[in-house]
Amino acid sequence: MDHLDELESQSIYILREAYHGFSNLCMPWSMGKDSNVLIWLSKKAFCGKIPYPLLHIDTTYEFPEMLEFREWAVDHYGLDLIVKINEDARAGRGAYPAPVGYETHDPVTVTHELKTVALQQVLSDRKFDALITGIRRDEDPTRAKERYFSPRNAEFEWDYKDQPPEFWNQFTTEIDPGEHIRVQPLLDWTEVDIWRYIDREKIPIPQMYFARPGEDGKSYRFRSLGCWPITKPVVSGAANIDEIIAELMVTRTSERAGRAQDHHERNAMQKLRAKGFM
Amino acid sequence: MNVTTPTDPRPTVLNPQASKLRIVIVGHVDHGKSTLIGRLFHDTNSLPEGKIEQIRKASEAEGMEFEFAFLLDALLEEQEQNITIDTTQLPFRTALREYVIIDAPGHKEFLKNMITGAASADAAILLIDANEGIQEQSKRHAYLLSLLGIKQVVVAVNKMDLVGFREEIFETIRAEYSVFLAKLGVIPRYFIPISAKQGQNITKESAQMPWFPGPAILEALDRFDVPADPEGRPLRLVLQDVYRFDERRILAGRIESGRLKIGDELIFWPDRKRSRVKSFESWGSATAQASARVGQSVAITLEEQIFVERGQIGSHAGVGPAEGRELHVSLFWLGNEPLAVNQAFTLKLGTQSVEARVVEIQRVLDSSTLEPIPGQSVAIQKNEVADVRIRARRPIAFDRHDKVSETGRFVILQGKRIGGGGIVREAEYEADQPGVASDNLTWTVSPVTREARADLLGHRGVVLWLTGLSGSGKSTLATGLEFQLHRKGLSAFILDGDNLRHGLCSNLKFSPDDRSENIRRAGEAAKLMAEAGLIVICSLISPYRADRNRVRDICHSDGIPFAEIFINTPISVCEARDPRGLYKRARAGEITDFTGVSSPYEAPEAPEIEIRTNEASIEESLAVLFDFANTLARNLDCAKPGEIGPGSGI
Repeated sequence: MDHLDELESQSIYILREAYHGFSNLCMPWSMGKDSNVLIWLSKKAFCGKIPYPLLHIDTTYEFPEMLEFREWAVDHYGLDLIVKINEDARAGRGAYPAPVGYETHDPVTVTHELKTVALQQVLSDRKFDALITGIRRDEDPTRAKERYFSPRNAEFEWDYKDQPPEFWNQFTTEIDPGEHIRVQPLLDWTEVDIWRYIDREKIPIPQMYFARPGEDGKSYRFRSLGCWPITKPVVSGAANIDEIIAELMVTRTSERAGRAQDHHERNAMQKLRAKGFM
Repeated sequence: MNVTTPTDPRPTVLNPQASKLRIVIVGHVDHGKSTLIGRLFHDTNSLPEGKIEQIRKASEAEGMEFEFAFLLDALLEEQEQNITIDTTQLPFRTALREYVIIDAPGHKEFLKNMITGAASADAAILLIDANEGIQEQSKRHAYLLSLLGIKQVVVAVNKMDLVGFREEIFETIRAEYSVFLAKLGVIPRYFIPISAKQGQNITKESAQMPWFPGPAILEALDRFDVPADPEGRPLRLVLQDVYRFDERRILAGRIESGRLKIGDELIFWPDRKRSRVKSFESWGSATAQASARVGQSVAITLEEQIFVERGQIGSHAGVGPAEGRELHVSLFWLGNEPLAVNQAFTLKLGTQSVEARVVEIQRVLDSSTLEPIPGQSVAIQKNEVADVRIRARRPIAFDRHDKVSETGRFVILQGKRIGGGGIVREAEYEADQPGVASDNLTWTVSPVTREARADLLGHRGVVLWLTGLSGSGKSTLATGLEFQLHRKGLSAFILDGDNLRHGLCSNLKFSPDDRSENIRRAGEAAKLMAEAGLIVICSLISPYRADRNRVRDICHSDGIPFAEIFINTPISVCEARDPRGLYKRARAGEITDFTGVSSPYEAPEAPEIEIRTNEASIEESLAVLFDFANTLARNLDCAKPGEIGPGSGI
């Protein structure tokens, strides 16, 4: 086995352990490259069937192309998809005195309200006991400290100071009511691994990852995709996967450099993640 | 501080398909593990843009000079206290290959995180502070590495700048530590004097230590071997699940050792059911898979529809795993509460999960000295390691750790979390014979309480009363149930109506009075046996409602749970089966007072379970019966015998 086979096999093992360990699983899906690899791995793990629903947390700041991809993928894969918007936050009603949005709030606040709180609302409605997420260790230093099966308490908090031991593929699957587990099958994968795998398996992804001309005449592509007001493309001529991989082998820019919420303040990601962000 | 913004291009790897080597950095707290990794990343230009600036700001915020450790110690608490709390994994590459660098905390309090990081490593760098010398965790971590099976080790003697780069200090530590490591059977590839802070002997040999011939850390990494899977290891297919999403019955699992191909005969342990591999199931692959090798997650179908389940281990004939209820193991304990002798816990080995307890602590080692702790231990404290004997409730399949490590190691749950882990030191392999395991259940009959008996056996005694027509399937289900209960470590025994009539009831005939007396005797015997702690499966036609109710009263009056199980098979079906030709003889008038033909059968009005054998398969019926019996017998809190409600069944 080469190392992509090893990564694939371990991820499938994790997905199957999750499916056995939890009665009410759900897989958040952002339509991004890692998310689409997760769909692919789920199909492989369960021989063509995805035995849990997918969840898109729609912030209402989605790129139109991503929404098009969403519709296409639902149809193509036959996905059972839940779409969730934190309507109260956007409308400024209920617990929100005023509408929450990038026009009026900082990116950490908006990310928390429109993603994390929306996720909390779904969990509270649907009583999911585990979420399969596509985070990777190489994306962020706090994600580098994650477990494959990572508990979150009823308040959604990550107790990063006292994580359960996890070794020899024995995972934390027992939780108290209200708690949930983040199942993270892609932790070991790097950005380059994801691209090599997409290339090898011919996994459909949104075209925004590939370079296209910008208004200023330079060529741009998105390396990581989020809400449009806070996601910036990188200057790049990489128009296909080979070129993307070649670019990643020499780049010194971090993958999430274009994601504003990460850089808002010192340890912004730790603070977001401690409160339940993925 | 020689921190510069690097301009060299990052190295590209030669072979992107090659396996990544996983390296863990371990050692005592403050000996500089995180700093070494930060320095390694910096000096090989592996840090992303802006990272150095970010670390510089964080260092200033904490009032420190440039702190390499902040690359990994990303948590605010870690930066404030300048300590690593949790393990981190970072990708790294050299011109030779890709690596995963694992930082492990050195503080004793975070040993669980050190194990979490180290358990997946292929090789290790043990770090020792030249100024402080060998400390408690320097020894404990080395011992744990040997338990985790990590054999490739390099020792780095750090902070050489603080001791004036003096060779004799390095040599003293080398001599002392070599002796300790030799006791563990660990022979380091190299001892390397370094200064992580100053970047000496990290990526290239240091001019400050001309007496050291090399290699530097980076070159030592490249000299580690990617562990190859040893050829000739036996097949171990660990089952995770059985899927029935469509018409296929798919067994999902992973090959932990060996190889598997279509047509291979598999034996599933510990039940020893056999079948051949019919197909590999896959999705998204153009070519049909015909074989699989170690490390692969697989989905297979079998030629025969045998009952297999999660936890079982598939092997080839003649080279199966060991099987039994007793394990001789070495374990390390990480839980805050000590692990006491006779305390029940969940043991997980592969995908098996079984209740078990430590029955004997043979010795407890002080893992920082490797000396046995004197005196008889009744509990293993946090961060101690011990050799113990573990007894499981039911037989499990396992291997000796040095034979197949993946199925020779286990974890112990304390509550909902892993409290410790261990490796199997001994295992008896037997010729692989089909049939029942040889471990006969024994118990001591002595004047002890019912609770003590239940505690010993792991379940309480109950009476399961199977009633139904002759030929309805009582005996088949009773023997099947007894076998399954026994296999799962529950003590069960059958009282069969026909068998009783050979002895205890040999003076009785088939008149209504004799039938009643027959049932009374069977009921009294069943109650006594249940009192002894057994799950008593009574298999009698017992046609009269009043007789059965009397047995229920006999049991309840002594607090023994009683469940009436109606084996409901239409008489036409029983008569068609007629296994012993009795119906034919009854119809011919050769047998008188034959239930259903010449004598009445009063069906139960509210049985706890009803099994319709003409609608459900034997396997399905047994599954229902087993679940019911297991739940009833294990429900130790269920003190009131009358509380089991009717209505279940198929």
